[in-house]
Amino acid sequence: VLIFFFFKQKTAYEISACTYFFFFQAEDGIRDAQESRGLGDVYKRQYQRRVHGELSKFLMQRLNTLTQQLVAAQRQQDDVFADVQLAPPDVILGLTLAFKADQDPNKVSLGVGAYRDDDGKPYVFQSVRKAEQKIVSANLDKEYAPIDGTPEFIKAAQKLLFAGEDILAKYGRHVVTSQCVGGTGSLRLAFEFLNRFKPGTIYVSNPTWANHNQIVEYMGLRLVQYPYWCPKTKGLNFSGMIECLSQAAPGSIILLHACAHNPTGVDPTAEQWREIAKVCREKRLFPYFDNAYQGFASGDLEKDSLSLRIFLEEGLQFLVTQSFAKNFGLYGERVGAIHVVCNSKEIAERVSSQMKIVVRVTYSNPPIHGARLVQTIIGDSQLFDEWRQELKQVAGRIIQMRAMLRQELESQGAPGKWDHITSQIGMFSYTGLTPKQCDLLTQKYHIYLVKNGRISICGLTTKNVSYVARAIKDVVENA
Amino acid sequence: STQSTWGIIKMLSNSIKKDLYKVVQRSFSSFWANVQQGPPDPIFGITDAFRKDSSSQKVNLGAGTYRDDNGKPFVLECVKKGQALSQQKYHDYEYLPVPGLAPFTDVSIRLAYGADSQAIKEKRVAALQALSGTGSLRLGAEFIRKFMPAGTPIYMPDQTWANHKNIFTSAGLQIKEYRYYQPKTRLLNLEGLLEDLNNLPERSVVLLHACAHNPTGVDPSQAEWRQIRDIIQKRNALVFFDMAYQGFTSGDTELDAYAVRLFADANIPILLAQSYAKNFGLYGMRVGCFSVVCQSEEEARRVQSQATIIARGIWSNPPVEGARIVESVLNDKELSQLWHKEVKIMADRVKTMRDQLVVNLRKSGSPHDWSHITKQIGMFAFTGLQPPQVETLARDHHIYFTKDGSCLLYTSDAADDLLCVDLCGRRIIYK
Repeated sequence: VLIFFFFKQKTAYEISACTYFFFFQAEDGIRDAQESRGLGDVYKRQYQRRVHGELSKFLMQRLNTLTQQLVAAQRQQDDVFADVQLAPPDVILGLTLAFKADQDPNKVSLGVGAYRDDDGKPYVFQSVRKAEQKIVSANLDKEYAPIDGTPEFIKAAQKLLFAGEDILAKYGRHVVTSQCVGGTGSLRLAFEFLNRFKPGTIYVSNPTWANHNQIVEYMGLRLVQYPYWCPKTKGLNFSGMIECLSQAAPGSIILLHACAHNPTGVDPTAEQWREIAKVCREKRLFPYFDNAYQGFASGDLEKDSLSLRIFLEEGLQFLVTQSFAKNFGLYGERVGAIHVVCNSKEIAERVSSQMKIVVRVTYSNPPIHGARLVQTIIGDSQLFDEWRQELKQVAGRIIQMRAMLRQELESQGAPGKWDHITSQIGMFSYTGLTPKQCDLLTQKYHIYLVKNGRISICGLTTKNVSYVARAIKDVVENA
Repeated sequence: STQSTWGIIKMLSNSIKKDLYKVVQRSFSSFWANVQQGPPDPIFGITDAFRKDSSSQKVNLGAGTYRDDNGKPFVLECVKKGQALSQQKYHDYEYLPVPGLAPFTDVSIRLAYGADSQAIKEKRVAALQALSGTGSLRLGAEFIRKFMPAGTPIYMPDQTWANHKNIFTSAGLQIKEYRYYQPKTRLLNLEGLLEDLNNLPERSVVLLHACAHNPTGVDPSQAEWRQIRDIIQKRNALVFFDMAYQGFTSGDTELDAYAVRLFADANIPILLAQSYAKNFGLYGMRVGCFSVVCQSEEEARRVQSQATIIARGIWSNPPVEGARIVESVLNDKELSQLWHKEVKIMADRVKTMRDQLVVNLRKSGSPHDWSHITKQIGMFAFTGLQPPQVETLARDHHIYFTKDGSCLLYTSDAADDLLCVDLCGRRIIYK
C-alpha cells in the first residue's frame, strides 16, 4: 500500500521524503519469536491498537523522524563546514581554565598576565572607581567615538606615553595617534597598516609574546626571530641581537618591547637601547615598540618610557602600540592606542587618513567606556596623581615578590643561581625551568605556569611564595 | 646673573638640539613617503562636515544614529537601569574569554533565533561576542575566507551599506552583486532579485539585510522572504544576515527577525551579524554578536573554536561594558519588557516622521509621488535625490544627506521648517 502524506509545503522533495510503504505480514504468532526485520513488525504490533487517533499520531511521529533522518542524510553530503577542524584551545587561557577547575587548596596560578593583589584577587584601582563615578554622574551619551578616538583620549594617551613631553616642541616630530582595541587591536592595526604601505620582514625577539607570532603568521607576513634570551646568563643576548639586526634588510620592521619584556622580563640598558637605535638608523630599519607595561615595570612612568625617548633623540621614525590593560587594570575594557612618529604634519595627516580606513573595515570605531575612564584620570590632576601612587604600589608589590621569591629559593637551597629573578623586570620572569619541570610543578604541586618556564609574578603572594620556592627546589632537583 | 645665563644657555642648547634633530630627520626620507591621502569616510565624513558647518539651521540626515524629537541623542531608560544593575553584578574589569561574555551571547542568539529555536535547543549555534555590527561582519568575512573554497565570492544587494564592500574586500573576498533596488518604483526589484539568486553558482555566500535595509529602507514582505528562501535552498547557498535593526524596524523584535528564523528553520547554513548599536542606543560601546547556525552540536564546537582563533588575532577579547549592560537588561524580566517598549517608541517615531515628511512634501506642492518614503521601512529612506541635488542641499540649505540620496528620518522636530526640494531642483520652502 502506497500512502502519501501531504504537508503545507508541497515541494517534490518533501513529498518523496514522505512516501511510505506499509508491509503487512500474513503470518501471525511466529513473527514475535524471530528477529525483527524492521518497520513491518513494528507496524504489525501497532496494528493491534484499537484507537485510530493513537495510530495516526504514532504514524505522524514516525514520519517526522524519518523526514528528519532523510534531511540529515541529505545535509551530511553537502555539509559546508565539514572541513573545519577543531582548533586547539589557547594555551594561556587554557591554563586559567585548568586552574579554575583544580580543587587543591594549595593551588597557585602563575599563568595569565593579569595583576593580582596579595590575596590573589583582581585589583581595581581606586582612581578608576572614582573615574567611573565621575562618568556615571556626568550622564554622558553613548554616541560613536570618531574613528581614531576622541581628541581628549588622544591627548591623554600621548601625555602618558611621552611622560608629558611635547614631542612637537622638543623634537619637531608629529605624532599620529589612534585609539585601538587594547594592545592586540593596536598590534593588528599596526601590522595591517604596515602590510598595506611598507611591507617588510618582521623581526621579533626570541622569545616574544605568543600572540605576536600568531598574528604575524595569521596575516601571512614574513617573520624572523632575532636572538634575545640567553639561557646561560638568563639575561639578554645583546651581541646576538645586534648581529642579527645588522644583517636585516632595509625597511625591515623590528618589534621591540618598550619595557618589561614579555615573557622574559629582560630589558636592555640605556646604553644598549642607544646602540639598537644606531643600528636601526644605520641599516634603515623600522622600529616598532610594543608598550604594554609603562609604569608597571619600575613604578615610574618616565623611567619606563626611556627607550622611546632615546629613539626620539636618535632621530628615528617609529611606531608604538600602547595598552592600558595592566597599568590601569582595565583589561576587559580593551583600551589601547597606536602612535606613529612622523617627520612632517603633511605626512602625519596622510598616515592618519589611511589608518582610519583600516579601522573602519575592522570595527568602525573604538569602544568608548574604557577610553573615557583613561582620559578622565589623566585629565584630572588629582586623579592622575592618585593613579600614579597606586601604580607605584602595584609595581612595588611585584618588585617585593621578586625579592621574596629569590630569597626563599636561595635560603631553601634550590640548586642554581636565582639572581635573574630580581634582575628581570615587570610582570613576568623566565625562570629557566624546563618543560618537564613545569609539568611536574603543575601535577605535583598544582602550580600553573606556561611550559616555557614563564611565571607571572603577580600570582605570588606573601602567603604562597615559600610554597612555590619549595616546589621549584623540588622539581629542579628531581626532574 | 648666573641663573639667567644658564637659562639662556639651556634655551640655546634646546633649540640647537631641535635643529639637529631636524637635520638628522631630513637626511632620511620619511618612512611613510608613499602613503597617499585617503578619502574621508562617506558616512562619518558627512558628520565631520556637518560639525564644521556654522549655520544654526543645519540638519544632519547622514549618519545612522537615533535622535529624539529635540534632535538629541537618546539614552534608553532600560540602558541606564541596566548599567546600574550590571555594576552591582560585576565588580572588576578582568578579561572576557575570547568568545565574549557567555550570558550575553546566550541571550543574544535567543533574541535573534527565538527562544524556541530548534537550532539553539540542539546546541547547533556557534556564537561569539564581537565589536558591534562591523566587528561581527569582519569576523564572519575572515571566517568565510579561511574556510570556504578559495575564490568563493560574496553576493550583496546592488544597494547596500557603504562599508559592506570594504569590509569583505579587506578580508580578501570577491564581491558580486544581485539586483535589489528598483529605482523606478523605489521599491524592491523582486523579479531581478529572484532571477539573480536563481543563477547563483552552488555554495555561494549571499549577504542579506535581515530587516530595515540600509540604505534603501526597502524590505521584502514575508511572502517574498519565503520565495527568497526557496531559491536559496535550491541553490544550496549560505546566507550571511546583517541584522542591525531588530526591534527598531517594525517595533516588534519577533517580526523583525522573521527572515532569520525562517531561514534557520529551513536548515540553510546561516552566519549572522547582530548589532546593538541602534536598538539599544549603545553605539560607541561596540556591542555585537557573530553567530553561525551549524548542522550539529559537534560542528558548532569546531566552528566556534576556529572563529575564536580569528577573533584572538583581531582584538584578543571583546570589550566588557556594553555586553554586561545588554545581558543585564535582557536577562531581567522588567528591564527586558522596558526595552521592548522603548525600542517600539523609537520605531514608532521613525514611522511618524515618514508620514509627516510625505504629508509636508505634498502640502508644499511637490508634484512628485513620495509614497515610497512611507512604503520603505527603518531608519533610512532612499529619497531619489541625485548627487547634484544632495550637494545643493548641503551647500545652500545646510541639510546633509549621503551622496546616494539616502537620508535619515528624524532630526529636529518642526517638520514645518523642513525644506523640500522636488526632483526638478525647484526650491520650495514649507512653513
